[in-house]
Amino acid sequence: MKKQSRLIISILVFGYAFLYIPLISVVFYSFNDSKLATVWGGFSTRWYGELFRNEQILDALFLSLRIAASSATLATIFGTMAGLILVRFGRFRGRALFSGMITSPLVMPEVITGLSLLLLFVSMQQLFGWPGQRGFATITIAHTTFAMAYVAVIVRSRLTAMDESLEEAAMDLGCRPLRVVFDITLPLIAPAMISGWLLAFTLSLDDLVIASFVSGPGSSTLPMYIFSKVKLGVTPDINALASLIILVVSVTLLIAWIVTRKTQPRASS
Amino acid sequence: MSEKQKDFIRIRGVSKLFGDFVAVDNVNLDIGRGELFSILGGSGCGKSTLLRIMAGFETPTAGTIEIDGVDITHLPPYERPVNMMFQSYAIFPHMTVEDNIAYGLRKDRVARPEVTARVDDVINLVKLGEFRKRKPEQLSGGQRQRVALARALIKRPKVLLLDEPLAALDKKLREHTQFELMAIQDQLGVTFIVVTHDQEEAMTLSSRIAVMEKGCFLQVGEPKEIYEYPTSRFVADFIGTINMFEGTVTQLGDETIIVNSAEAGTNLHALGDHAVEVGQHVCIAVRPEKIFISRDEPENADDIKVRGVVDDLGYFGNLSLYRVRLSSGKVIQVSSQNRQRSAKRFVEWEDEIWVSWRPRSAVVLRD
Repeated sequence: MKKQSRLIISILVFGYAFLYIPLISVVFYSFNDSKLATVWGGFSTRWYGELFRNEQILDALFLSLRIAASSATLATIFGTMAGLILVRFGRFRGRALFSGMITSPLVMPEVITGLSLLLLFVSMQQLFGWPGQRGFATITIAHTTFAMAYVAVIVRSRLTAMDESLEEAAMDLGCRPLRVVFDITLPLIAPAMISGWLLAFTLSLDDLVIASFVSGPGSSTLPMYIFSKVKLGVTPDINALASLIILVVSVTLLIAWIVTRKTQPRASS
Repeated sequence: MSEKQKDFIRIRGVSKLFGDFVAVDNVNLDIGRGELFSILGGSGCGKSTLLRIMAGFETPTAGTIEIDGVDITHLPPYERPVNMMFQSYAIFPHMTVEDNIAYGLRKDRVARPEVTARVDDVINLVKLGEFRKRKPEQLSGGQRQRVALARALIKRPKVLLLDEPLAALDKKLREHTQFELMAIQDQLGVTFIVVTHDQEEAMTLSSRIAVMEKGCFLQVGEPKEIYEYPTSRFVADFIGTINMFEGTVTQLGDETIIVNSAEAGTNLHALGDHAVEVGQHVCIAVRPEKIFISRDEPENADDIKVRGVVDDLGYFGNLSLYRVRLSSGKVIQVSSQNRQRSAKRFVEWEDEIWVSWRPRSAVVLRD
């Protein structure tokens, strides 16, 4: 009993170490005073200060946040609609195909998604002149297409777990079908929509591959900026930036987790 | 009673097919105003589908439904003068008890003072006063059931449909709630249609019962009629316990039928002018409580008497149940009321005894 638990604890410690030591070292070196990223030269927060004086980084950051917020919002709207159609509209023709196509971006290699979207935008531009310049709009569209798959999956599982007679009861009490969606369905799947939005937000914020394909000159997202900087060698301000991103992503995921957890027991009891 | 409309609900030739599967098969039924009508059947017999057709959640493949002279077959659920209490109760988890109950009236844009007054009324009716501000997750099963009932009653529907209203409650609460349900129905005079698989529930609650099997009604009648005069083996067996003796009709009298049954090991006679012929295969069915058990041969010459051995006996306080093995090997059930207080049993295991019953206690079943 005792032995076994010691074994389990050491496996656990090893597993966590494997996962988090790289992250911890990034955070650790972000407080490094030395200009050389891997040589410890005393504690300092000066790289954080430098970070906020760097126009390029700030531009990239605001672009990333704008893209993340708008693509997450669009993905939540479309993903919720897709989830609703899959669960509540019965067995229409082509349902299996639709269901497969909704979830396929989850398994599609990002390179393929990025490349195909780039080809689409290029041919669209040739056909009717839009988008004239690749940047905010194209990246947002690209992120929406893959993030809505995640939202659709989350909303779908929530809807499947939801008692369908709740909606029937509303209709029975005199509520018209469209109104039922706003009165009953949406309030009850709101937690799933919120965690879907947060997930879509972090996915967009993280994405490097797809954004690289569909962005144009002068519109670098934060991951793209970091990646291009790192190619010239790791500088300490990147460590500071990475630490901040880790913080933001963890907080977002924590909120998503709390939102789902808080509303789950109510649904199951 | 007589002025009450007998065909308040008229169901005519209603069928429902799901692909090839016939869920409801050409059902005809009249239900009177103010009745507490039960549809009783096992799972998958089509009773819930029929209820959902009445609520408007399913469209019948064929047939019509009228309520109070109005054809509602193609009305959507939100336009029917019908409300439903769901098996899961379907209480909106994001609304308080009060908001749940008021929901139907708000959807009808009833003026606010009237909503408040009517919510107060039903909340008093179902005794939920102290819980009105609570969220559903803070309620017990019995309280949820009341919320569901109040919510369905507040619009004063012409018909209230109840899908397994008591199935989610424990036994003690179920008995209590059963009588409350009957009292509320009596007080409001609303027509109730209850779907249930629980025959005891149907027997105590209903003014009439329809026994359903494979999408058809096998028998419709008052509980007593269905219990005492079942017309088919399925109904006889489904409602309560019954002993059945297979046999062949050997003789037909004016009022009596004589059936030779190898299972009983003797000729059985039963009363009634049943449409049977000599040589026809029938079944004589007798309820356990109609059978007497005695140590000595019963004196009454008219009675059917068969010898047997006590295989098993169970003491239930108010009654005793016996399993008696007849000489043919058939085991029958007999129950008798324990009228006298006695620590000693008058028959014991493996005792040789007589079982007997009156000819008019037996039912002749053709199919």
